[in-house]
Amino acid sequence: MIHQTAAQMAEALTQGETTSVELTQAHLDRIAAVDGQVKAFLHVDSEGALAQAADVDARRKSGEKLSPIAGIPLALKDVLAQKGVPTTAGSKILQGWRPPYDSTVVTKLKDAGVVIMGKTNMDEFAMGSSTENSGYGPTFNPWDLTRTPGGSSGGSSAAVSAFEAPLAIGSDTGGSIRQPAALTGIVGVRPTYGAVSRFGLIAYSSSLDQAGPFGRTVLDTALLHEVIAGHDPKDATSINAPVPAVVAAAKSGDVKGMKIGVIKQLQGEGYQNGVQARFDESLQLLASLGAEIVEVDCPSFEYALAAYYLIAPSECSSNLARFDAMRYGLRVGDIDGASAEAVMSATRDAGFGREVKRRIILGTYALSSGYYDAYYGSAQKIRTLIIQDYAKAFTQADVLVSPTAPTTAYKIGEKVDDPMAMYLGDVATIPVNLAGICGMSLPAGLADEDNLPVGFQIMAPAMQDQRLYQAGAALEAALLSKWGAPILTKAPELKGAK
Amino acid sequence: MSSLSRDDVAKLAGLARIEMTESELVELSSQFGMILDAVARVQEMDLSGVKATSHPQPLENVARPDVVLPSLSPEDALSGAPAQEESRFRVPQILGEAE
Repeated sequence: MIHQTAAQMAEALTQGETTSVELTQAHLDRIAAVDGQVKAFLHVDSEGALAQAADVDARRKSGEKLSPIAGIPLALKDVLAQKGVPTTAGSKILQGWRPPYDSTVVTKLKDAGVVIMGKTNMDEFAMGSSTENSGYGPTFNPWDLTRTPGGSSGGSSAAVSAFEAPLAIGSDTGGSIRQPAALTGIVGVRPTYGAVSRFGLIAYSSSLDQAGPFGRTVLDTALLHEVIAGHDPKDATSINAPVPAVVAAAKSGDVKGMKIGVIKQLQGEGYQNGVQARFDESLQLLASLGAEIVEVDCPSFEYALAAYYLIAPSECSSNLARFDAMRYGLRVGDIDGASAEAVMSATRDAGFGREVKRRIILGTYALSSGYYDAYYGSAQKIRTLIIQDYAKAFTQADVLVSPTAPTTAYKIGEKVDDPMAMYLGDVATIPVNLAGICGMSLPAGLADEDNLPVGFQIMAPAMQDQRLYQAGAALEAALLSKWGAPILTKAPELKGAK
Repeated sequence: MSSLSRDDVAKLAGLARIEMTESELVELSSQFGMILDAVARVQEMDLSGVKATSHPQPLENVARPDVVLPSLSPEDALSGAPAQEESRFRVPQILGEAE
């Protein structure tokens, strides 16, 4: 049952062939069997999940009209507040915190009857690309337990890849949904900035952060996307417009006549051979389906990584000032006579990990007087040029494509002491965030040299998210008929699994 | 090659209210040269006449009607407090010496 797609599970629920309680229990059993090795979850809320599931079953029995994914279990990235359930953002500074309110994403999931099974591991405050920066230890890639599942939403991607959950929520500030999706062989979408409410999403870099869906198929991902998207008065940057018809697009999957632009700057040198080979093969498949492949030039993308690693740390140095040891979270050194400032400094030293400190210091530097114009100011101008490059490219193509990440999953520990090497892994995903547009990663096969999953990235203009699903569904269907079975059937079985 | 000395990092850490150990200060200052060189690439392009973008959306101020809506109760608001007293957050001393 757990190996089905979410759409198949939903159909089985509708037909009365199973119940949400049964489905949820099957996934909780799977978590109990394999999560000791994968470590995707920071907290499993078995009791809450089964209660939610029983409630959905009762509503279904009474004839209530439910959402298409009512009763389906889900894994939630620990960056989103869920009332009464421990929420840490992967940080020791929030250990034991139970939010007194629900994020809007959680409210929408609950309203849709989606069963939230627990909170997934992540790089602390979403700063990282491997989950190794979690304050609670890394998550392991189900394809090879010595490797990272990507990050920062690595717990969510690993949970879906390991069949611990059919659906998951992540957040993507510089690629944190798309890159882990690529490294674990699943589908992940970063919706258009403002399409999904940030209310209750613990902020890292407010002008870049966006929550989004993971699934094992393009359609499953679309079903979840439609549930969590939509205008929210509680988020001033939320877009007040209808949600793009992503489910319909995922069901159509027609690319005849669609213009697909290959970004010159995001391929070739620096990309692993097996990654480039799977990317080229997918392009040929899309061409054989009637898409027109063109090359587009985005010269300012060369500076995207540098701009990102100024803008995101600058915003984080401001956002994380809220962790002041006064109103919630950790407090250290509160002894008689200690000043508030001393307590705050001691708490932030004890509660933040190395990468978070590194980015706060970098942001503090980039925003300091005398350096502001040279660093933060210049980065904001590069951002303008990247937006202009995209605007021009989208006059030549309906969607743009690239490999999602330059390499397949790397070994745990390989880059953890070399921040710049880690940052380079985000080179293909970051431009989407800087421009506020949308992007998808879907599995393009396995790299010949290491038999690990490769991601194919599709990008579309703001609020044209349906184009991702249209092109993604077409490629997914073509690849499936080429392979004969979904990519995850090639992953090794985990120990302890039935 | 850019660089930040151990004392520069200590000053920034003070501004950011993070008390750092000596080894953290030394490690960060040794990593910063490389990171600053990489991000300083934003200065390579001719950016004269380019407008800055602080945000991907062209938003004006967003206001809502001035109506009272439900909000957290004092108990809920204090539920995560490290210390509380008489339905208030209890915090370390903020001004000068204790009386």
